[in-house]
Amino acid sequence: MSEEYILQVKDLHTSFFTESGEVKAVNGVNFNLAPGKILGIVGESGSGKSVTAYSIMQILASTGRIVSGEVLYRGEDITKYDKKQMKNFRGKCCSIIFQDPMTSLNPVFTIGNQLMEAILLHTDKNKQQAKERAIEMLELVGVNEPQKRIKQYPHELSGGMRQRVMIAMALACEPDILIADEPTTALDVTIQAQILELMQELQKKLGMAIIMVTHDLGVIADMCDEIIVMYGGRVCERGTAEDIFYRPGHEYTKGLLRSVPKADGSKERLVPIAGTPINLLNMPKGCAFCTRCDEAMKICLTEVPPQVQMPDGHFASCWLAFKKLKDGTLEEGRS
Amino acid sequence: MSSEYLIEVEDLKQYFPIKTGFFKTTPLKAVDGVSFNIKPGETLGLVGESGCGKTTVGRTLLRLYEPTSGTVKFDGNEITAKNMAEYRKNMQMVFQDPYSSLNPRMTVEDIIGEPLDVHKMYSNKNERREKILGLMELVGLNAEHATRYAHEFSGGQRQRIGIARALAVKPQFIVCDEAVSALDVSIQAQVINMFEDLQEKLGVAYLFIAHDLLVVRHISSRIAVMYLGKVVEIGDADEVYEHPIHPYTESLLSAVPIPDPIQAKQSQRIVLSGDVPSPMNMPTGCAFRTRCRFATDKCAEVCPTLTDKGGGHMVACHNR
Repeated sequence: MSEEYILQVKDLHTSFFTESGEVKAVNGVNFNLAPGKILGIVGESGSGKSVTAYSIMQILASTGRIVSGEVLYRGEDITKYDKKQMKNFRGKCCSIIFQDPMTSLNPVFTIGNQLMEAILLHTDKNKQQAKERAIEMLELVGVNEPQKRIKQYPHELSGGMRQRVMIAMALACEPDILIADEPTTALDVTIQAQILELMQELQKKLGMAIIMVTHDLGVIADMCDEIIVMYGGRVCERGTAEDIFYRPGHEYTKGLLRSVPKADGSKERLVPIAGTPINLLNMPKGCAFCTRCDEAMKICLTEVPPQVQMPDGHFASCWLAFKKLKDGTLEEGRS
Repeated sequence: MSSEYLIEVEDLKQYFPIKTGFFKTTPLKAVDGVSFNIKPGETLGLVGESGCGKTTVGRTLLRLYEPTSGTVKFDGNEITAKNMAEYRKNMQMVFQDPYSSLNPRMTVEDIIGEPLDVHKMYSNKNERREKILGLMELVGLNAEHATRYAHEFSGGQRQRIGIARALAVKPQFIVCDEAVSALDVSIQAQVINMFEDLQEKLGVAYLFIAHDLLVVRHISSRIAVMYLGKVVEIGDADEVYEHPIHPYTESLLSAVPIPDPIQAKQSQRIVLSGDVPSPMNMPTGCAFRTRCRFATDKCAEVCPTLTDKGGGHMVACHNR
């Protein structure tokens, strides 16, 4: 492999064209994913994190469209792929698992049938070999009695088991990238722990890269090599878990961290972020977060903040960080 | 006041009949002998995985379900179906889903005013309106919102409307059933703070049902952990979190994702194998034994009862 990154997203803009106007769900997102790394995308509902994932897979709702930007897979722009090429890309190069394992499996087909579908589509295995592969995959993800399970229907399995089947399905053709869209949100904590452990284990074993989309700061804290914080369709901050949690540069990230209860059980009052999430139909002209930010300055209201490199090397898109760096002696380059 | 406790629950059981054959019904033991007390102005957190019966406990307390057996006392007096109307004034509920728990065809004013109407808590229209505006101010809504409909609000604001409705009759006790689970973290923090402020101001007691263990620890003074219809551990919040005794509590707490990279890497997860058994087909003896690391023969035979391990920290386990 000559390229350093397996997936590069460059200035991605995705909009939904609704009756009330254009909703800019993703508004200029950039990131790079290196092979075998775990990238976390965090944000609240409406931040554009799921739409970013769906844009990569091109499985947007019919009103949604990638307006501009590039998604490079091994250097090739997949936004220019036709339907057939995309079909080949999904499942074989990049797979996705969804939040709700209850609704993302087809209730009228057996587990085995659904697992084999992907294998038959992307490889030249015959039915018997596909079945063997399906059983092998179920074993890999820790489903007990796979011989019996492949004949069962989704409703016969528990939530955690269904999510394991989803993972088995996604990994059946050994994709280079796995996108996990809130994979554990619908599950109980003890089951969540099982699934997260499984994903980390499989990542080490199979070496694929993972994009982990979640709203749960706890989930990404110990899993991800790199984290992107999104708000209002834009990337606020990008850095390692340590950068984001211990040295946040963006006011939104700081607010987010202050509003979750601490694990040490201190009864300290939470500091919520004032106001309500923005309406994407009516975005502020400048920084998306300016209407809720305590530190907002005049420039925040009118101009989109630049991406600033913080002293530790991670990036934040915030005018305040920009100003602080400029006022201090630390002169950091803008990128 | 005739009793030290505001709410006393004793051996509460709630079985639902499930049709399992043409003529056969099997009881689903949603709540199977739960006892606890809540002091005035206190918050008891109730945690457990889905299907453990925590919501059913909340609903049975308010007689939204008729309990199979057991008693619930409010301020020393037993609550029965007959006298419930009088207790509803003192016991209210905030629901999980702010989208489906508000009538879409009613204005905010009518939603908050409905309990006032039911309990005839005003003498004229002006007083009703004043009370409603006072409640809206209390939960941080603007007076201009009164004539709007629920769909015009965001999730956090809707939850405020639901809370204002619960507070309208000046209750002494509120069941919060996953009241912040559907909200985004930044909004969740606003609502949690509001719950705490209201408790300080009005002295209400909460039964705070939630699956987010960090949130529950933050808001509760005491915590009860449920597993398959039974309370397995109950005690002071910090005591339970710092020194869990029951193996289920231990693994439940270790499974919580910690929003701090260094702490998260240091923490040791005790990952439970398998799934929660079906409540239709409960294991004999201790319900947790099928997933327990310490299970012995005794666990399969005798169901452990809650015993005090010191300082009111009660645990139901043979081996600890």
